[in-house]
Amino acid sequence: MDSEYAIEAEGLRRVYRTRTGWIRPRRETVEAVRGVDLTVRRGELFGLLGPNGAGKTTTIKMLNTLLIPTAGTARIRGFDVVRETREVRRRIGYVFGGDRGLYDRLSALDNLRYFAELYAVPAREQRHRIAELLELVGLTGRERERVEGYSRGMRQRLHIARGLLHRPEVLFLDEPSIGVDPVAARELRRTVADLAANGTTVLLTTHYMAEADELCDRIAVIADGRIQALGTPAQLRRRADGRRVVEVEAYGVPATALTALRDLPGVRETALEERGALQLLTVQSDAGVDVQGDVLRELAGVRLGRVNSREPTLEDAYVAIVNAA
Amino acid sequence: MSAVRTLGIGTLMHAKHLSRSSFEIALALIIPLVQATLAVYLFRAGDEPHRLLEAAVGAGLMGVWSSVLFGSGGAIQNQRWQGTLEMIMLAPRRPVLVVLPITAATALTGTYALLATLLWGRLIYGIRLDFAHPLRFLAAALACVAGLGMFGLLLASTFVLIRNANALANPLDYPIWLLSGMLVPISVLPSWTAPIAAVLPTTWGARALREATSGGPVWPSIGICLAISTACLILGAFLLTSFERRARAAGTLALS
Repeated sequence: MDSEYAIEAEGLRRVYRTRTGWIRPRRETVEAVRGVDLTVRRGELFGLLGPNGAGKTTTIKMLNTLLIPTAGTARIRGFDVVRETREVRRRIGYVFGGDRGLYDRLSALDNLRYFAELYAVPAREQRHRIAELLELVGLTGRERERVEGYSRGMRQRLHIARGLLHRPEVLFLDEPSIGVDPVAARELRRTVADLAANGTTVLLTTHYMAEADELCDRIAVIADGRIQALGTPAQLRRRADGRRVVEVEAYGVPATALTALRDLPGVRETALEERGALQLLTVQSDAGVDVQGDVLRELAGVRLGRVNSREPTLEDAYVAIVNAA
Repeated sequence: MSAVRTLGIGTLMHAKHLSRSSFEIALALIIPLVQATLAVYLFRAGDEPHRLLEAAVGAGLMGVWSSVLFGSGGAIQNQRWQGTLEMIMLAPRRPVLVVLPITAATALTGTYALLATLLWGRLIYGIRLDFAHPLRFLAAALACVAGLGMFGLLLASTFVLIRNANALANPLDYPIWLLSGMLVPISVLPSWTAPIAAVLPTTWGARALREATSGGPVWPSIGICLAISTACLILGAFLLTSFERRARAAGTLALS
């Protein structure tokens, strides 16, 4: 099969049904994905952004055959993910973020040997391929140590090496940089960019806007199980055109103040991000309305730090899209 | 050839991973001692000291069974906790090639329980390791390990589907070793248990070991044990393919 697209999805839906209790069972139905349509061209680096619980991981798991969609169809390089599972699996790699997914009491080398065998890497190529990947992810010299002694960054790099063993044509990266330090995250971004430059199609989910902005050819913003916006980073950024952003560092913003800020004339969005003891308050307003004075008046009595007024970024556009969902 | 290699490397890696768990090592040290003690006192109380070796072998086999049962259930559950179940099921292989190495590894590490029970019996209770057919005992032990590994696959197939697999494993421990005559002869059990015992590979494995220990025709029992186990393997492979699909539909391959 030689499809123009590496990934195609039409009307993908996924419903989870859970049952708790035996005597009086309580059944719950959660609609995690409510009809996703997308196409990713071969060699494209495509980002899927969305808040927690938006349906990113469920979408990835339907595309990589781990979950069967409740409705809709999906194809990877032209192969149906439900009917032609093995053909799809030969062509994909899957890497997720976090500490799990590896055999901790085995060395990195043993992990890679085992997965190389499982993923049908020919026996005569395994040694060379493993050495090549250890070099790529910077673990050469540490490969005989048990994974339980590895830092999170090292585990993540090993995950990537594992996902690339069988030279997948399509790589699914589910929040690969979560919990990774900035230096390791930069290395990771370079590796991902190199893979895409060499023709691997990459579908990346991330919470980090800068990462998506730097890497992705196109981005889909998913919220509430549906794609809310799709375009290049520049196109998405334009969603916040005509706006101005006021950022205020504060300590202990009361909920009443936040409600009052939302009701100010000209204010379009507000967001409050916790950064340890500090809170970062972001207020988006129409560009023609100067809300800074009103914002500071509403925050009277709250201990404040730096106050900044700036042009909107991709992150502001993302917040606007998600809040509108 | 590639399938055999995958099974071999998979079994080796899972056995390596299992044998490095401090919890598993502690269990492997303590349980055989408890089982050897149980066997010795049961048979001494029953005025059958001449059957002490037979009892120790039976107790050792209980250890192998526990390892396979909790290994198959526990290993699948552990893979789920570790986040590796999705990664291995995602491999472009038949599910049986992915899961059989796990159950084979539990049977392999369970062999230690058999050896350790005999060793504790010799060291602490002075049981003489006088086997009627030492070589046939070895063959019977190998058949038992292979048979239990294959039987484990049948169990593991259901554990793939059920998220709380270990809840299912616990109540299966005692009935199976009781029904298989590992410690108490089947003849003293109610007659309705006989048909169940006859289809369990563990019954024939235990019988082969007993015959090799105290004399008897070992090979037919080994043959029946392996034949039933092979049937379990085929049924397990079939169920695994079906259950893997159901697990993907139900979303139970992951922990959440």
